[in-house]
Amino acid sequence: MFKITTEVITGEEVREAVEGPDAGAVVLFFGTVRNNTEGRSVKCLEYEAYPPMAEKKMAEIAQEISEKWGLDRVAMIHRVGTLEIGEVSVAVAVASPHRKDGFEACKYAMDRLKQIVPIWKREVWADGEAEWVKPDAVFFDAPKPHKTDSQID
Amino acid sequence: MNVTVKYFAVCHEMLDRSEEEMELPDGATIQTILERLEEEWPEIAEFYEVMQMSVNWEYATEHTELSEGDEVALIPPVTGGCDV
Repeated sequence: MFKITTEVITGEEVREAVEGPDAGAVVLFFGTVRNNTEGRSVKCLEYEAYPPMAEKKMAEIAQEISEKWGLDRVAMIHRVGTLEIGEVSVAVAVASPHRKDGFEACKYAMDRLKQIVPIWKREVWADGEAEWVKPDAVFFDAPKPHKTDSQID
Repeated sequence: MNVTVKYFAVCHEMLDRSEEEMELPDGATIQTILERLEEEWPEIAEFYEVMQMSVNWEYATEHTELSEGDEVALIPPVTGGCDV
């Protein structure tokens, strides 16, 4: 299961998608909306996605996990729209015979999701301002023709 | 040929539309689209270092040649998940 949704994520959808009699472990990860970013109060987050490409890229991550760990049951779901503090934005489930591979594969899935899955996050601050999140200190709004080392985290 | 171009996140905001149809000459590449957008939004060039492009849901480069009916997207740096 690889899905972009506007519905509340419970985790059951991804757990049920991967469960099976040969699993000795199901590793389940939730990403949740935090109330601050580096100390600045966050009111809510707005997520936007390119759904068909996002679901295709999630399936490719599962294929990578199959090649690296031999695990064939991976599920990912990401919510879009406005999410309040504490709500689940993303859930990943990985079933494996043993927990070590499951934990590693689940971490890998999230790391890759943040690299290649076309989803964007906009922070709405408690003071009413809002801005698209900039990864790795890459600046969007100011003219910055060249990144320097000091701008890379 | 005609292609669909989709804009997300900051690109959607700056261009004030989420997608459009574009008529392009044969042999056009993504670069052709970017040059057209530059006329409307010159600052887009500042994003090239970090922005990616896709054709039919697969990452592509500015040199990728386009075909009739392709779906092209400008992909600002992705920030899905949590805890950036």
